[in-house]
Amino acid sequence: MTTTAPEAEAAAVGGAPGIHSPHVPLTGGTLPRGTTWMVLAGGWLFAGAFFGLLWAAGITTTFSLVGTVFFGTVLFDLVLYVISRIVEGARRAKDRLVTSLVSTAFVIALLPLVSLIWTVVLGGMARLDVAFFTQSMRNVVGEGGGALHAIIGTLLITLAAAVISVPIGLLTSIYLVEYGRGPFARAITFLVDVMTGIPSIVAGLFVFALFALIAGPAVRNGFMGAVALSVLMIPVVVRSSEEILRLVPNELREASYALGVPKWLTILKIVLPTSLAGIVTGVMLAIARVIGETAPLLLVTGFTFSMNYNLFDDRMMTLPVFVYTQYTQAAGVSAQASIDRAWTAALTLIVIMLVLNLAGRLIAKIFAPKRGL
Amino acid sequence: MKLTRIAPLGALVAASALVLAGCASNEASADGNTPSGDSSATALSGTINGIGSSAQGTAQQTWIAGIQTANPDLNINYDPQGSGAGRKSFISGAADFAGSDAALSDEELSSTFAMCADGTSAIDLPVYISPIAIAYNLEGVDDLKLDAATIAGIFSGKITKWNDSQIAALNDGVTLPDAAITVVHRSDDSGTTQNFTEYLAANAADAWGQEPSQTFPFQVGDAAKGTSGVAEATKSAKNSITYIDESGAAGLSIAQLKVGDSFVKISADGAAAVVADSPLVTGRGDNDLAIDINRTDTQANAWPLVLVSYLIACQQYKDAATGSLVSSYIQYAASDAAQQAAAAQAGSAPLSAELSAKVIAAAQTIK
Amino acid sequence: MTKKATVRVGDRVFSTTTVVAGAVILATLAAVAIFLVIQSIPALVAGEGELPNDSANFWQYVGPLVFGTVWAAFLALLFATPLSIGIALFISHYAPRRVSQTLGYIIDLLAAVPSVVFGLWGIVVLAPLVQPLYQWLGDNLGWIPLFAGPISGTGRTILTAAMVLAVMVIPIMTAICREVFLQAPRLHEEAALALGATKWEMIRMSVLPFARSGIVSAVMLGLGRALGETFAVAMVLSPAFIVKFALLQAQNPNTIAANIALQFPEATGLSVNALVASGLVLFVVTLLVNVLARWIISRRAAFSGADA
Repeated sequence: MTTTAPEAEAAAVGGAPGIHSPHVPLTGGTLPRGTTWMVLAGGWLFAGAFFGLLWAAGITTTFSLVGTVFFGTVLFDLVLYVISRIVEGARRAKDRLVTSLVSTAFVIALLPLVSLIWTVVLGGMARLDVAFFTQSMRNVVGEGGGALHAIIGTLLITLAAAVISVPIGLLTSIYLVEYGRGPFARAITFLVDVMTGIPSIVAGLFVFALFALIAGPAVRNGFMGAVALSVLMIPVVVRSSEEILRLVPNELREASYALGVPKWLTILKIVLPTSLAGIVTGVMLAIARVIGETAPLLLVTGFTFSMNYNLFDDRMMTLPVFVYTQYTQAAGVSAQASIDRAWTAALTLIVIMLVLNLAGRLIAKIFAPKRGL
Repeated sequence: MKLTRIAPLGALVAASALVLAGCASNEASADGNTPSGDSSATALSGTINGIGSSAQGTAQQTWIAGIQTANPDLNINYDPQGSGAGRKSFISGAADFAGSDAALSDEELSSTFAMCADGTSAIDLPVYISPIAIAYNLEGVDDLKLDAATIAGIFSGKITKWNDSQIAALNDGVTLPDAAITVVHRSDDSGTTQNFTEYLAANAADAWGQEPSQTFPFQVGDAAKGTSGVAEATKSAKNSITYIDESGAAGLSIAQLKVGDSFVKISADGAAAVVADSPLVTGRGDNDLAIDINRTDTQANAWPLVLVSYLIACQQYKDAATGSLVSSYIQYAASDAAQQAAAAQAGSAPLSAELSAKVIAAAQTIK
Repeated sequence: MTKKATVRVGDRVFSTTTVVAGAVILATLAAVAIFLVIQSIPALVAGEGELPNDSANFWQYVGPLVFGTVWAAFLALLFATPLSIGIALFISHYAPRRVSQTLGYIIDLLAAVPSVVFGLWGIVVLAPLVQPLYQWLGDNLGWIPLFAGPISGTGRTILTAAMVLAVMVIPIMTAICREVFLQAPRLHEEAALALGATKWEMIRMSVLPFARSGIVSAVMLGLGRALGETFAVAMVLSPAFIVKFALLQAQNPNTIAANIALQFPEATGLSVNALVASGLVLFVVTLLVNVLARWIISRRAAFSGADA
């Protein structure tokens, strides 16, 4: 038992295979501090030199920065793994490789996201003025106008959708985690998965048909939009809260039962507060999922230039529909004005989401119990 | 203990309620002031909803703004979802009027219109005329000349290179690059495609070989959604060509078209001339002004690649108030002032005086 | 002798409420399914010449669309899954505490960007950026069937659409994965480290097994979004009515949702039924994919805190 491990260790530390060294170091070698950065820099320099040579030799027309960074990083991953394997051993080498891969994945994934935010911010700067946030588009032709009617519409409709879907979704996930055992629970789990796949436009068509049956085909209002959005929100709320609720340790529940607390109080006072942070994240995710939905709102909530505070009466404008219509209707003399309004509205939507997110985290921090071990 | 938890939340809610209650400054002032003196005796009030063609979108925005400024209690909503959606919604009663790039077909005319009084039908009134441009992105070539047969060849995929002999024959003295043509067309059904294919079917039937339709019939080149999508694609792709409503062609070069024996530059006047020269479709109601566009018009400076868009309304509405509002709106839209305003904003061609008078007279019969 | 357990009123009321909530979901889904089926029947039985694209029957019409939907979603998840897990791991275990919180905010934010904006970004920034890369791939690696030419001049191919979908799906998946990784029991993590495990081994032993079902949930949510995404694909993709695997060409198979968005405004009569029927097919495809995924999870026992 104690002889095999040192042998393996010795072999990994570069000792010749088959030679059993009686003296085995308990610690492997360590690469000096800063090796990672040096190898990274080295990799980029090497790739840079390679692409520079290609450029100088006339094989490529421009110096490819993207190519340099990409191949430099790949080179870095390989070289670091090999060096570490030689000096430190297989286990540490694998650890370094994973670290570098994870960091690389992070950077790669962040690039398009940063590019997106940059594009929106750059385009949205054009109309970041007071008029944009205090005016609607009523009687506005060409320049000027604002998106207040769209902002109010989005906030009201999203709030209504959340009011509908959060209770239903949360209660369903509580059922699935705490009570559900039989075929009913299995059916619900399965159907929630299916619900995640309803295309947003089909949800819109469905709500449209439903209300056309009840109130005639001419009906358009904010409430229909809220219902369409909640069809899309509910599965996200259920899925994410179910995962979070499952992660609450059983010991907490059992301690509560042992003290004589009824099941429903246990859920309300122990399980929910413990998982509050995760649930709030799930709700925020669901809101984020629907706040930018264009297709169903285009169908059922309609299009208007003017303010409307009434969810149940007449068409309301929403930010995503505003962005879409301003962009596609950009024509003629004041095309650029429409495009500017579209980008600023997109930026507004992101900022609204930022505020909601911060509010959510604030709520989670205030109301969640302090985490122990 | 509970208060310290609730207080910050309460403050947040109160603050947001204040913000939400804020009125739009442009609407408050509109409600506050009543136009003094110059407005008509009775200002219109009420709400009507229209759905339809997105080509008319900018023009509709201009007209609605104009009529709402004069009548602050009037609310008109126009949803630019598309001509098909507009006609569908009008027939089912979901919209009070429709905007459409194509007049109601015979099949649609025979259906029951939910909004119209029993026994009456709907009429099409032209309010928007826009030239369609053949726009391209070709470095170094500013004045490309094309004719219907060559256009048909390019867009059907038979002509694949810019320096093809057919194109070179029309463009004497211009060096065309030896590059592949990137054709860009619409991925969604559209009135622009309908009018473009009608023009090709009328002028180059052998080369084109397809019936006119809203869907682009060949699988050639790239497809993009909407006028703005097509414009964006053409601007970003080198050596590309497309057909697009002129209002969306800013930033692209526009080709000249061979009409008769000479090459014509695109112009709103040319489009209006073609429409003025076209007869009305026969066999429809007295007040129905659907136009049978003369695609083979060869008068000087005519631009037969044109799109005519209609407003569709009931001859008589079940609800008289709606009827009178729709009638007033269409009369306004066809008036000279409104047409000029729309032309200034959207680059369309104003209705000729004769056509405008006909449309207003027909609109007056709407009850 | 034991007394029969008393059933408290509170318990009864609460459990009934949760059952009702579940029933509401069942009812909604049933309603959606019924609506889809009723509206689709005319198209399902339609014959030659009545359907768009000159299809002889409905299956000929919807076949290429189904292929396009699944292919695009598959490509998108191929890009997004490893990246999401990587980012989530980075935020939960590798980044310094303060940095990770900020990064968490940023990623959550991106889940809220409207699909229209992704579409705009796709056509304004991404497509022109990748078009030269596609050209290079086509010129040099064109012998691989995936990269066969002729290369699209605008860069609006199914690969670009898949990239846009991946970028849309990453924030959702990352958020869930991150929450789940953060919930891994610290005791297990510290025990592993105390025994001399490297960071990667610690993650492999105590975090990943714990998070397996969470990761699958994240992938399912991401897949749902990718299958049903409408506007971003409609704006970015250059569609045509074909089935092919080539990634870089100008004619690409369209997805069902994007096709509905594109054709619905102008569709009349039977075309509307055909579009709704394709929506029904999408519904069924999602169902099948979910069945497959659930079957895959059930073969491995997931570690969880609550009773399974």
